[in-house]
Amino acid sequence: MFLALRELSFARGRFALMGSVVALIGVLMVLLSGLSVGLVNDGVSGLQKLPVSSFAFERDVDTSAAFTRSVVDVDTAQTWAAADGVAEAGPFGLTLVNTRTDGGLDLDLALFGVERDSWLAPQVATGTALADEGQIVLPGTLRDEGVAVGDVVTIDQVGTELEVVGFIDGQHTFGHVDVGYVDLRTWQEVRAGVRPGENVPEHAYQEVSAIAVLAADGASPDLAAVDAEAGTTSLTLTQSFGASPGFTAETSTLQLIQVFLYAISALVVGAFFTVVTIQRKHEIAVLRAMGASTRYLLRDSLTQSAILLVVSTAIGVGIGLLLGASISGTDMPFALEASPIVGASALLVVLGMVGAASAVTRITRVDPLTALGGNR
Amino acid sequence: MTAHPVTTTTGLVMVGVTLTHGDGDSVVTALDDVSLTVEPGELLAVVGPSGAGKSSLLAVAGGLTRPDSGQVRVGAADLVAASRRQLAAIRRTEIGFVFQSGNLVPALTAVDQLRLPLQFGKVADPRDPMELLEEVGMAERAKRRPHQLSGGERQRVGIARALMTRPRLLLVDEPTAALDRARSQEVVALLAREAHQHGVATVMVTHDHDVLHHCDRVLEMMDGQLLPHTA
Repeated sequence: MFLALRELSFARGRFALMGSVVALIGVLMVLLSGLSVGLVNDGVSGLQKLPVSSFAFERDVDTSAAFTRSVVDVDTAQTWAAADGVAEAGPFGLTLVNTRTDGGLDLDLALFGVERDSWLAPQVATGTALADEGQIVLPGTLRDEGVAVGDVVTIDQVGTELEVVGFIDGQHTFGHVDVGYVDLRTWQEVRAGVRPGENVPEHAYQEVSAIAVLAADGASPDLAAVDAEAGTTSLTLTQSFGASPGFTAETSTLQLIQVFLYAISALVVGAFFTVVTIQRKHEIAVLRAMGASTRYLLRDSLTQSAILLVVSTAIGVGIGLLLGASISGTDMPFALEASPIVGASALLVVLGMVGAASAVTRITRVDPLTALGGNR
Repeated sequence: MTAHPVTTTTGLVMVGVTLTHGDGDSVVTALDDVSLTVEPGELLAVVGPSGAGKSSLLAVAGGLTRPDSGQVRVGAADLVAASRRQLAAIRRTEIGFVFQSGNLVPALTAVDQLRLPLQFGKVADPRDPMELLEEVGMAERAKRRPHQLSGGERQRVGIARALMTRPRLLLVDEPTAALDRARSQEVVALLAREAHQHGVATVMVTHDHDVLHHCDRVLEMMDGQLLPHTA
């Protein structure tokens, strides 16, 4: 620590420059993490909050658009409900619609059709639960935008009118649009394109998007076996996120950027300490001639790197959190969560240390003999 | 190898030391059967042309290079038998180095330069840094860093740093190479005073014939051999 601290303060300009680079990477990392969590929430928070462990879709459905493409017979739910390790199974419908409220607000909604008295029914926080067809329950975020209980939401495509009866707490979105819960029969009519007053074709009430399945506590049902029996293709809840429009592309792009950021950070720190170590070569030779052990020199240099990395990462994350807090309130999909930020900061420090360590091992190759003679 | 028994002394003893560089046709003999004893409190100057082996003598005496054959002892420590790690410990506690132009650490103040050798490991009875700076006439410059010191001042700090651990042996490499005449006289006079006062066996390699009158003994290095100096 003796040398490390004194060198940090003596060459503070140089170390501050390096520290700023690490800090800026830290800022960027916090913002990317917030954006990443925000996009995930925006894409699939409606699914995440369902009490569901997996979905059974039409056999061999295109998994990138499973909810909107798949058509499954309602009765398939009974096969699933009877399977080992399954606590609950029920029909689930999902359709994207454009709507307009009687207050003149245009709303794009992901219409979730569920049996209104079932385990899938939304837990209403204000207003009342779904009690009849022709009603809709919306997420609380829309209440904040001025939609109220008693408002009427009209679906553009078919003209169906839905009465807002209640709100569920928090953000519920799918593919960046808000979720609206309706009774399964209402959903089936909308899905079949039936206008109010028209006759509903019989088959409409037989069709849903998927069977929602909840595994019993601690059990993991053999999805493949039940799929074979029921003629379905199952995706776990997490796998089903990929069916949210753009979800896979968004998350993999951000992940790629983050991976590059970590690599850049490790390389930049490595390059910096390589130059510093080369510059100190003669000094290190003198220290070794004076009897400093390799261990002492390595420990001192690594302590220096650790101080630099931890302090500058902390500053960067701090600035990032302040910036993030100011973004959080806006329309941008952004959400700060502690665990990904803590994990990412730790990874930044660890990879920085790997870079620094690979640089300062040069110390072990410095021959104390070069301390003798002129300044080389 | 000469078979003289090594006499017990607290200074430096080298017996029949040979050191060669390179191999095959290009073997250079840097030290050719060199025997040398430096008593505690003695200041020995070694002069000679470049490439005569003066630096090799310091390197072997200081445990930086292992000789091909011969014996090297500093006090009770056997430098030929010691491992790399033991050599570092011997250099730390038994040997002081004074390099050309001081070779101080740029980041450290004068007083911290003196504290530095105490950081590397336990030292039995270290000198007090401020007292030692006073002794070399640098007490008023204690808070200055190397770039704020003159060449002579840097060399004084370098000498003080080498004496911090009360070494038995002080090895001095061209201490006046970067100094003018007056500074050179002062620095070598200081070395002589420290050697005598603290009983340190001191070997100084130099080109500077004007400072030899401060030394107790002068030897000349010629083609790897130590000869009496002919003035």
